[in-house]
Amino acid sequence: MALLQISEPGQAPDPHQRRIAVGIDLGTTHSLVASVRSGVAECLPDNEGRVILPSVVRYLDAERRQIGFDALAAQVEDPRNTISSVKRLMGRGIDDIGNRSQLPYQLNDKPGMVTLLTVAGEKSPVEVSAEILATLRFRAEDTFDDDIYGAVITVPAYFDDAQRQATKDAAQLAGLNVLRLINEPTAAAIAYGLDNASEGVYAIYDLGGGTFDISILRLSQGVFEVVATGGDSALGGDDYDRALVDWILAKAGLAVETLTPSDQAALHSAARACKEALSVAEVVPFSCRLAKASVTFEMKAADFEAATAHLTQRTLTAVRKALRDAQLGKEAIDGVVLVGGSTRMPQVRKAVGSFFGREPLTNLNPDEVVALGAAISANQLAGNNTGADLLLLDVIPLSLGIETMGGLVERIVPRNQTIPTAMAQDFTTYQDGQTALALHVVQGERDLVADCRSLARFELRGIPPMAAGAARIRVTFTVDADGLLSVNAREEGSGVESRIDVKPSYGLSDDDIARMLQESFSTAQQDMQARALAEARLDADRMLLATRSALAADASLLSASEQADIDQLMVALADIRSTGDAATIEAATQALAKGTEAFAAERMNHGIQQALAGKNIAAL
Amino acid sequence: MNLQSNDFELFGVPVQFSQDRLALDARWKELQHQAHPDKFAAQGASAQRVAMQWSVRINEAYQRLKHPLKRASYLCELNGVPIHAETNTAMPPAFLMQQMEWREALDEAKTIDDLDQIAAMSRQTMHEQLSKVEQLLDIDHNFTAAAQQVRGLMFTERFASEVDARIDQLGQ
Repeated sequence: MALLQISEPGQAPDPHQRRIAVGIDLGTTHSLVASVRSGVAECLPDNEGRVILPSVVRYLDAERRQIGFDALAAQVEDPRNTISSVKRLMGRGIDDIGNRSQLPYQLNDKPGMVTLLTVAGEKSPVEVSAEILATLRFRAEDTFDDDIYGAVITVPAYFDDAQRQATKDAAQLAGLNVLRLINEPTAAAIAYGLDNASEGVYAIYDLGGGTFDISILRLSQGVFEVVATGGDSALGGDDYDRALVDWILAKAGLAVETLTPSDQAALHSAARACKEALSVAEVVPFSCRLAKASVTFEMKAADFEAATAHLTQRTLTAVRKALRDAQLGKEAIDGVVLVGGSTRMPQVRKAVGSFFGREPLTNLNPDEVVALGAAISANQLAGNNTGADLLLLDVIPLSLGIETMGGLVERIVPRNQTIPTAMAQDFTTYQDGQTALALHVVQGERDLVADCRSLARFELRGIPPMAAGAARIRVTFTVDADGLLSVNAREEGSGVESRIDVKPSYGLSDDDIARMLQESFSTAQQDMQARALAEARLDADRMLLATRSALAADASLLSASEQADIDQLMVALADIRSTGDAATIEAATQALAKGTEAFAAERMNHGIQQALAGKNIAAL
Repeated sequence: MNLQSNDFELFGVPVQFSQDRLALDARWKELQHQAHPDKFAAQGASAQRVAMQWSVRINEAYQRLKHPLKRASYLCELNGVPIHAETNTAMPPAFLMQQMEWREALDEAKTIDDLDQIAAMSRQTMHEQLSKVEQLLDIDHNFTAAAQQVRGLMFTERFASEVDARIDQLGQ
């Protein structure tokens, strides 16, 4: 494992050095890390040359764990402590999890998100995911023998706010600087679009291990505009495996209740192997030894197709809905891209091909394409000069709203709205003299609160007493480029205000994250103070570098005294960077950030004005 | 130009109802190229915050400019005649009669074909109403009459989206 490197005090890292940025595909069944090296995106292999890391974590005891292939191999032997497909539990409450009975884990119901009881104690899905992310981070650090500047993590386009927030928390817990969460189909489109220099409207059909996404994108001159997105965040290859298991059980006349956890795990892996074999053969032998019996027969592709037709149909229903949302017909689609290992199933390829009436594109490896696109995006976000000028204009997958009287949802941000976005709506009080308002933030397409996902609750207090209906409370939803929501409520008459960053109800607070970081195996071997210092210095360097390049470009926008103020803050930070502790360095970094805010605003104005001026001249 | 500039100024297009959709699309992407937070990802939190504000503002303006009904409402408002759709619901009797007939037809519709017909009819009406709005805004500069027309259009649009929802349900 690579240790964090700290340069000699006073010796700043070379500002012209390329920043190492990675793209991580955190998948249901497996995960990958990729990076752009010598201008080409490639997946990074482990020291045995394998690029895929099975998304499986096995807890051996309180201290030790196995991650990846070793853990996968132990799944039958130790099902309870070997956690796979944890992505399906991210940001999910116990009632959200379908076919719980088939999971061999001990789940614990916690507000907002379940936890898993293992030999190492209670583990949140965020912690389990962080183990996988940390493993990939170390792999990248070993590959480059250097620190990672930042990472782009991909999420299913159809992930809601709770699932996105949980993913971001996991990355933070793994010690990664998250440059951006991007949607998996968008990442795939980047890899494809850049590879084929494509223009036009593309449908990205992404069937992974546990999630299904469909995105309709418009590609033009480096702009990737998501027109509409849809899907099902609980539908993937796992469900095809399970449907196959059910079919096998019915054929063998076995009842689920008679199976031990090991039997279930064994059947599951045999079913998966059978599914994979059916991708290249019409008939394959199936054989599985259980505690009390053994199951052996010949499996036919046609039977598998019939047993899973309802799942394939569900994906096509989502495709139709996305096309309607995009207000486009099938004939408007210039190309269909298949992404995700599950699109290797011949019945899926056939169904998608006949739906769109054209052969889908599969020339990039469906397992790697998402990580490759994420790496390209990460490289650009890190500020490395890439030549290609990419712009991602993504949308929010599910509508956001507020609970109103009678348990109804008032939609504030409709689905498929381009992000970042801010949208507001006015509400009022229900009773005379009401001085507080309870706000319940929900996400989903249904009209009843009970059918939507609850994201957060907060209160606006201190409204002056007025007659019912007289107060005017403006609720503003702001969704950032990662698709994460914050909500602000303000009584317009009195100016009373309240705001919340929607950390979903399971609410990993920053303290929780700090504690988990402390406890985490992945980081326990490092001196926390050294780590904090190294990170504070890295942040300081980033800030200094950013300010220097801003000054180099646009110092002319500043008056002499304004520039002198900024220079002073820079000198102070550079000084403290080499001598101070983590906290004082952070404070000085903050001071510089605050001191350059007006300059940054001015630069932006300038940039936009220039863009506008250019257009007007062209128009003349 | 700044964050307070109106949508038309921000996009550098004439302040009028008639707009070239392709030009708006191109302009939107051009502006986002300058302002999107991703363009400043490596430049610290303050640049990010400012970029986010701009990017949000540009998206807001684009949504309003590209949507004919929102654009018309906005123009009325800019010219001192806000729509006040919640409080001002007075409509000519003939219009209300037509609305009632449509709703009856929607209630009685059974098949996708029935619904498609109703959808085509409401689209046709919207199209006609929008041409009137264009005449009132861009040629007559009669913003009060335009606002009345916009209020009627809002009914038609709501009806059209209910029809679409029914088609969605049947199409599942």
